[in-house]
Amino acid sequence: MHDKTIRELSDGLKSKAFSSLELTESFLKRIERLDPSINAFITVTPERALKAAKAADEALEKGAAGPLTGIPIAQKDIFCTEGVRSSCGSKMLDQFISPYNATVVDRLNAAGTVMLGKLNMDEFAMGSSNETSFYGPVKNPWNLETVPGGSSGGSAAAVAARLVPGATGTDTGGSIRQPAAFCGITGIKPTYGLVSRWGMIAFASSLDQAGPMAKTAEDCALLLEAMAGFDPKDSTSLERPKETYSQGLDESIEGLRIGLPQEFFGEGLDPDIHQAIQAAIGEIEKLGATVKAISLPHMHLSGPAYYVVAPAECSSNLARLDGVRYGYRAENPKDLKDLYMRSRGEGFGAEVKRRILIGTYALSAGYYDAYYIKAQKIRRLISDDFKKAFEEVDVIMGPTSPSVAFQFGEKSQDPIAMYLSDIYTIAVNLAGLPGMSVPVGFSKGLPIGMQLIGNYFSEQRLLQVAHRYQGVTDWHQQSPTL
Amino acid sequence: MQWETVIGLEIHAQLATKSKIFSGAATLYGAEPNTQACAIDLGLPGVLPVLNQEAVKMAVKFGLAIGATVSPRSVFARKNYFYPDLPKGYQISQFDLPVVSTGETTIVVDGEVKVIGITRAHLEEDAGKSLHEDFEGHTGIDLNRAGTPLLEIVSEPDMRSAKEAVAYMKKVHALVRYLEICDGNMQEGSFRCDANVSIRPKGQEKFGTRAEIKNLNSFRFVEKAINYEVLRQIEILENGGTIVQETRLYDANKDETRSMRSKEEANDYRYFPDPDLLPLEIDADFIESIRTQLPELPDQKKLRFKAQYGLTDYDAEVLTATRELASYFEEVALLSGSDPKLCANWVMGDLAAALNKASLEIEESPVDPQRLAGLIQRIADDTISGKIAKQVFEGLWASLESADAIIYRDGLRQITDTGAIEAIIDAIIAENPAQVEGYRSGKDKLFGFFVGQAMKATEGKANPAQLNELLKKKLS
Repeated sequence: MHDKTIRELSDGLKSKAFSSLELTESFLKRIERLDPSINAFITVTPERALKAAKAADEALEKGAAGPLTGIPIAQKDIFCTEGVRSSCGSKMLDQFISPYNATVVDRLNAAGTVMLGKLNMDEFAMGSSNETSFYGPVKNPWNLETVPGGSSGGSAAAVAARLVPGATGTDTGGSIRQPAAFCGITGIKPTYGLVSRWGMIAFASSLDQAGPMAKTAEDCALLLEAMAGFDPKDSTSLERPKETYSQGLDESIEGLRIGLPQEFFGEGLDPDIHQAIQAAIGEIEKLGATVKAISLPHMHLSGPAYYVVAPAECSSNLARLDGVRYGYRAENPKDLKDLYMRSRGEGFGAEVKRRILIGTYALSAGYYDAYYIKAQKIRRLISDDFKKAFEEVDVIMGPTSPSVAFQFGEKSQDPIAMYLSDIYTIAVNLAGLPGMSVPVGFSKGLPIGMQLIGNYFSEQRLLQVAHRYQGVTDWHQQSPTL
Repeated sequence: MQWETVIGLEIHAQLATKSKIFSGAATLYGAEPNTQACAIDLGLPGVLPVLNQEAVKMAVKFGLAIGATVSPRSVFARKNYFYPDLPKGYQISQFDLPVVSTGETTIVVDGEVKVIGITRAHLEEDAGKSLHEDFEGHTGIDLNRAGTPLLEIVSEPDMRSAKEAVAYMKKVHALVRYLEICDGNMQEGSFRCDANVSIRPKGQEKFGTRAEIKNLNSFRFVEKAINYEVLRQIEILENGGTIVQETRLYDANKDETRSMRSKEEANDYRYFPDPDLLPLEIDADFIESIRTQLPELPDQKKLRFKAQYGLTDYDAEVLTATRELASYFEEVALLSGSDPKLCANWVMGDLAAALNKASLEIEESPVDPQRLAGLIQRIADDTISGKIAKQVFEGLWASLESADAIIYRDGLRQITDTGAIEAIIDAIIAENPAQVEGYRSGKDKLFGFFVGQAMKATEGKANPAQLNELLKKKLS
């Protein structure tokens, strides 16, 4: 049951092969048994889950069910969930019970999904290995000595370990795609503005996007359908006609033009990964696609630009965490300054503090033009590179990450080395484009992910290409033995 | 040394929208603490701002009223600083690109008209309130006010005296009330003023160092604070010192300005465009639609009053000070159909005095325009004299009766019957032969005696003009 896709589970629920209640209980038991060694969950919500499962069964009984009714999922702990701890992986919000639901949560609830709990993540979404969480690191189910990637490490590990058929993640510089690659699952970061950010605790407002993570492209499509769409509560949310991503996935991709940026295949790329990507592209060519070499000349500037813009925005977004109205407050503060300094000093982890400092610096008088404004200009150059590329190709492909999952502690002592693991994914956020990762092989027992990047609002096409690829390969069906 | 004062004012006007600038919470004054602050106003994790259209409309109205350019594209920026009554740790404001740019308005001081430039006006959110008393060593934070829309109006440093500053502040106050974008209630904090004051040697072009005096919430305090500050700065400079650029508070009890201890170093607000809000784009059609909704503005109204009612500059200025007063006057003029000057005198004179004494605004006048018009008609048609009219006015004030009812009830009709007046004059002449003799022999002052006697005999109801005419005839 745990290996079934959301699509298969939905069919099973409709044909009454099993009930949502049975399904939910089964996954909850599995979580209880296996999660202690993975640490994918921060909070498990069995009572709510069972209640929701019963309600879903009633809907199924009445014949008033959609494709997600009764399907267990879990939410990254960055989403505010009413009445449930919403910690964002931080001591700062360890005691924060949200009084409201994020729009993503509301929509998935409305679609009939059953929330099993809240998933572990890098603190405030800042990280690429899930090593910065207040709740301890998440282990990669493929090799418990290695990281699952981050910041949506809990989401990726939970799906990979079949603790849940689908999960939500968020992606600011690669935090859906990179952990999906490290854990051998499928994940998509949609076009900026497609999914509402209301209730999604902000890291870098102009870069953050929520997206689904699951075993297959089709499952991601089903989840994305429910998540996406205009929300008047988010001023950056786009008003567009609703799309059904799960339709038309089987259609032919004959004539698809694939672009391979030379910048994605340069130095530093693990040869195993290179080979797996080549093989994957070969398969897609067999399905009717053509390949063209392209260049994204400003790609090398994406890291520096990102590590100015994202910290700058986060330094402002996290200012509200001051111990005054909610969240962690230091004991017996002697005055206001002490309250601020100790609450924030004790409540935040090292990486968060690092980024707040960088961001504050980049925005400060005398540096704003040289850093922040410059970085935003570079952002435009990077967007223009993609714009130009998409005049000639339909989808850009390449590795999601330069390496497979690394060992715990391997990069956490060197922030720059950690930042470099996002080298292929960051540019996509800077441009606001949709990006996806699909499993395409293994290296030394660890999964390899391939990234697909499309033009604005081409989620349908990306999912279709991935789905067709998954129709002729079985990497996505592999799971670790636990 | 001759010194010139240079003043610029920053006015924060709370816009009279029903809900906050970025959330749907209510903006009513005086609610129980923290009952009008929703998740967005509290700065909870994950919340996002959504711009209130009405606040934009109000800003555009103001821009049009001062002849300013309304920016087709303006940007919201975050002003970052830490303070407990600022929930997000930043205020959403506008920095580089405000919604309204350069405009101007006029003031009248000592009979002279002066143009005061307005550099810009921008939209921003208000912070909450910090209450430092009543909490035993703690500070109470009330976030009801957090998120209320403000229009920050920045003047050019064009004012040269406290008087000019007050005149400008009053003009802007009247303007925002005319436009119905702000209730101007300074006690409730709907209209707040900061004054930037500096001095320089007369004739020098370069501005001196300025001090900012914050949160002046009455016209009187603005005048007194500026006057004190100017003297303070003169004293420092004349003694060879330098002015520190700083923020000061005005102490009304001691009538002095004091440096704010808390500002040790200048805050770097690290302004950057708010990524949660799109740039505000205002097109020409929108601006035009607002323009058609504009009420007649004070300056236009004043010109019209002068032309239409033949009023003096001074009378027109007084009567157009507020929309309510102007509209009251016009109704009285219309309903009475009488000489506008007469109407103006009554509205600016007896009515204004009575309202002042009772601390009432024109909107609260117990005498409505209809009844006052009725009184004025009876003066105009000689039913009563001007003097008796004052008596009738008191009756109007104290009751809901019409002028006619009061005149009838109290028998206050003027005596205009020539025969009746003559009879009374004859009686007085008969009873006072000595005075008659005295007048006829050249003591002109005695005329007043006869007038007085006649008024006494008629209980003041003799028509003064007729009385005078007949008296002269009979006494000659």
